[in-house]
Amino acid sequence: MKGWMAKFRALLLFGSLTLVLSGCGKENLSALTPKGYGAKSALDLINISLAVMIFVFIVVMVIYAIVLVRFRKKKGQEDFIPQQTEGNKALEVIWTVIPIILLVIIAIPTITITFDLADESAAGDSINVSVTGNQFWWHFNYEGEEIQTSQDLYIPTGEKVYLNMKTSDVLHSFWVPALSGKMDLHPENENTMFIQADEEGVYDGKCAEFCGTSHSLMDFKVIAVSPEEYEQWVEDMKNVDPEAQPESADAQEGQQLFQENSCIGCHAIGSSPAATGPNLTNFGDRTTLAGVAEHDRDTLIEWIQNPESIKPGNRMSDANYEVSEEEAGKIADYLLQLQPSDITPESATSNE
Amino acid sequence: MSTATAQKRGFGAAIWDYLTTVDHKKIAHLYLVSGGLFFLIGGLEALLIRIQLIKPSNDFVSAGFYNELLTMHGTTMIFLAAMPLIFALLNAVVPLQIGARDVAFPFLNSLGFWLFLFGGIILNCGWFLGGAPDAGWTAYAPLSAVSPGHGVDFYVLGLQISGAGTLIGGINFLVTIINMRAPGMTYMRMPLFTWTAFVTSSLILFAFPALTVGLFLLMFDRLFGSGFFNASMGGNSVIWEHLFWIFGHPEVYILILPAFGVFSDVLSTFSKKRLFGYTAMVFATTLIGFLGFMVWAHHMFTTGLGPAANSIFAIATMAIAVPTGIKIFNWLFTLWGGSITINSAMLWALAFIPTFTIGGTTGVMLAAAAADYQYHDTYFVVAHFHYVIVGGVVFGLFCGIHYWWPKMFGKILNETLGKITFWTFFLGFHLTFFIQHFLGLMGMPRRYWTYLPNQELDTGNLISTIGAFLMAIGTIVFIINVIYTSVKGHKVSGDPWDGRTLEWSIPSPPPHYNFKQTPLVRGLDPLWIEKMEGRKGITPAEPLDDIHMPNPSILPFIMSLGLFIAGFGFIYQVDNLAFLWVVILGMGITLGAMFVRSIKDDLGHHIHKEDLEEGADQ
Repeated sequence: MKGWMAKFRALLLFGSLTLVLSGCGKENLSALTPKGYGAKSALDLINISLAVMIFVFIVVMVIYAIVLVRFRKKKGQEDFIPQQTEGNKALEVIWTVIPIILLVIIAIPTITITFDLADESAAGDSINVSVTGNQFWWHFNYEGEEIQTSQDLYIPTGEKVYLNMKTSDVLHSFWVPALSGKMDLHPENENTMFIQADEEGVYDGKCAEFCGTSHSLMDFKVIAVSPEEYEQWVEDMKNVDPEAQPESADAQEGQQLFQENSCIGCHAIGSSPAATGPNLTNFGDRTTLAGVAEHDRDTLIEWIQNPESIKPGNRMSDANYEVSEEEAGKIADYLLQLQPSDITPESATSNE
Repeated sequence: MSTATAQKRGFGAAIWDYLTTVDHKKIAHLYLVSGGLFFLIGGLEALLIRIQLIKPSNDFVSAGFYNELLTMHGTTMIFLAAMPLIFALLNAVVPLQIGARDVAFPFLNSLGFWLFLFGGIILNCGWFLGGAPDAGWTAYAPLSAVSPGHGVDFYVLGLQISGAGTLIGGINFLVTIINMRAPGMTYMRMPLFTWTAFVTSSLILFAFPALTVGLFLLMFDRLFGSGFFNASMGGNSVIWEHLFWIFGHPEVYILILPAFGVFSDVLSTFSKKRLFGYTAMVFATTLIGFLGFMVWAHHMFTTGLGPAANSIFAIATMAIAVPTGIKIFNWLFTLWGGSITINSAMLWALAFIPTFTIGGTTGVMLAAAAADYQYHDTYFVVAHFHYVIVGGVVFGLFCGIHYWWPKMFGKILNETLGKITFWTFFLGFHLTFFIQHFLGLMGMPRRYWTYLPNQELDTGNLISTIGAFLMAIGTIVFIINVIYTSVKGHKVSGDPWDGRTLEWSIPSPPPHYNFKQTPLVRGLDPLWIEKMEGRKGITPAEPLDDIHMPNPSILPFIMSLGLFIAGFGFIYQVDNLAFLWVVILGMGITLGAMFVRSIKDDLGHHIHKEDLEEGADQ
């Protein structure tokens, strides 16, 4: 099947080219610049159906244009009474049968790809990650690895990573357009999908099921690194010492404050599966704060003091703590130095 | 009893007249005005949405308020604008097209309207009482079940009450079309608009109960502590999705089919040709109605129903393209060989064909389940359903309103203003929504309050917002047109378009008994047949005699008012049990009115033969 699809892709190169010229959206975000298995399959299907539908549209428009040019009421013929045609069997059969054939052309790859993308036969031998959706952040628990991350999902390139997804509150939908289509998260049933990145990169992920006030701010990242780098990352993450003492004095004080203010009650550091709030084990390696804001000290201080200003309706806004700006700065120092691994989003972008 | 005589009797009397009317033509006016008003409110909400999205990271409105806007825009446009405007046309036209003097249940007709209106008011009360609904028009659980405040309660109670009105209206038209057709008007001689009204009414009959059930479950979850959608209590959130879409998908066809009917009548009239492939059109309509019930899960491809269910629903959905395609080609061939007049009404019908073809083709693309994983819940879907609902339903409403305006009000809408409306709205529409297909694929999910800069989404959103303003201008010009026409417009004859169907055989606006003598129908396009045979009007099927007409009644208004009051009681008893008294008061009013209706004989009145002969009632 892949063979004729490749030909088809070549055929549509021209069409795609026009799209590229008019802008296909941001690399690593847009579904029109696929970098993974699911997104490529989906784009094939989109192209097939689009081609058939453009054909249909052209046929309709040609008849439409002829009708409008030829059959306008003419001057001097105001009383002309056209023939009252009842219908035409042959024509009606044609425009019933041909659409059916066209639909079959779309239906066959639809079914093939739908089943292909739902294939879970390899799940047992693959990396499995439990994904939990929360208002308004994502949690990733690497099954069997004792690794927890939030907001950043590290995966190796070139293989299927299975995501077993559930929500802790309302519905969410996991969508990384450049890698794969989306799948909803429900509170009662686990949904499984796989993603596979063919190229290294930092991919933008979004929540695609309306989930409340900050639905539009629930971004996350998928960081696809080479399999070797991934191995190393797993190794580093497994050996994290959650109590490791930071180097600078400020950060040490920050660590103290982090515990005194019971931040740790919600935000685990290390592989504790408790995740009332995002896990911060590799917080220093993240590229965005809360998915959408600048990842720097000042923004982090603002976040600690007034998270509502960055992400309305998030649950940290209701948390009971009080820190001064100076204290927040020290906590920020502590959090920003949490960089347990040399494998960072930069590793995914540097060796291209 | 036209509006002119009503004005002579004073403003208060006119209000009372409309509060108590059971005349389908006046109920059409009521639907038109209130639906139009809600259309403006929904449009205003849309404009605020587009202003918020005009640039990245905008904070023109807050995130929470934006969610209320998007929820109320969808809910208002579907339930409070499109539905009543469709009912306005149904009421104005269907009894006339089948040669009836009123609908089967005039009292229920009035009740249906007032229930809809009071439901709509409850929905919008949220704006003034601490927050409008904010869980999306689809109100997916558990978000809708846990959404704080009373917002979603207004959604639940408002839709429950207005939904009951719609259900009553649907049943009424079903019975009317089955029982009240003039002699000779067989099913296969009904104008296509009446046929679509018939199929739409049966869809309402089967689809709305699913919504009613869903809303009851949600109401119990929110107001009485049950856990139908609460997973931790053993509930299931997917049930809501099923119930909502078992209603929600047929709802799309409930809206679009009457629009198809409008286009069929208009295209046929203004190309001076019989509708091409009438039989095929009727079967296509019923087939779409049937299939419409078997495709709801295509809204749930990403819910995780599994590849088998997804494939089945994908194929079923694609199948709908066949009857829809048949319709498109039949419309084109109705035009083919005709003598086409292009006026405002016809412009909307002609613009509909390419616009709806785009909406239909993206519909087939969406049906491809695996591709839908990308489209789902993005602006691609937003673009698609605006192409079918605006490009189909709203175009259809504008078309029908321009076409039947002289029948309803005796005056033709101004052509110049009509064309300005059309071109601004049409261009604005495509400018707004075409680009959204690409925005969706470029990674913009729907219901996003804002988007970040540097995602290459800025230009598309800016273009979209500009388009929205053009649509607003078009709508404003239309309102100016309505005012201008009612002040300056000239009276027209009963048949200004050289019409083909029965409604054009009587004066404009029709007398309140519609037909002095019930007409005899001798084929499809009965008026056209008579004209071709050189007769001036329709042959009557009965001698001139007394006409039995229903009496006006204030009871439907009172019943609806009672439910309106009870609705607030239900919502606020959560805060204070004393509000249960409000429930009792409201229900008491409703049940009391029902009791009065049951025990008081109301046999209607007769218009006497002598009065009819004078022909005074114009």
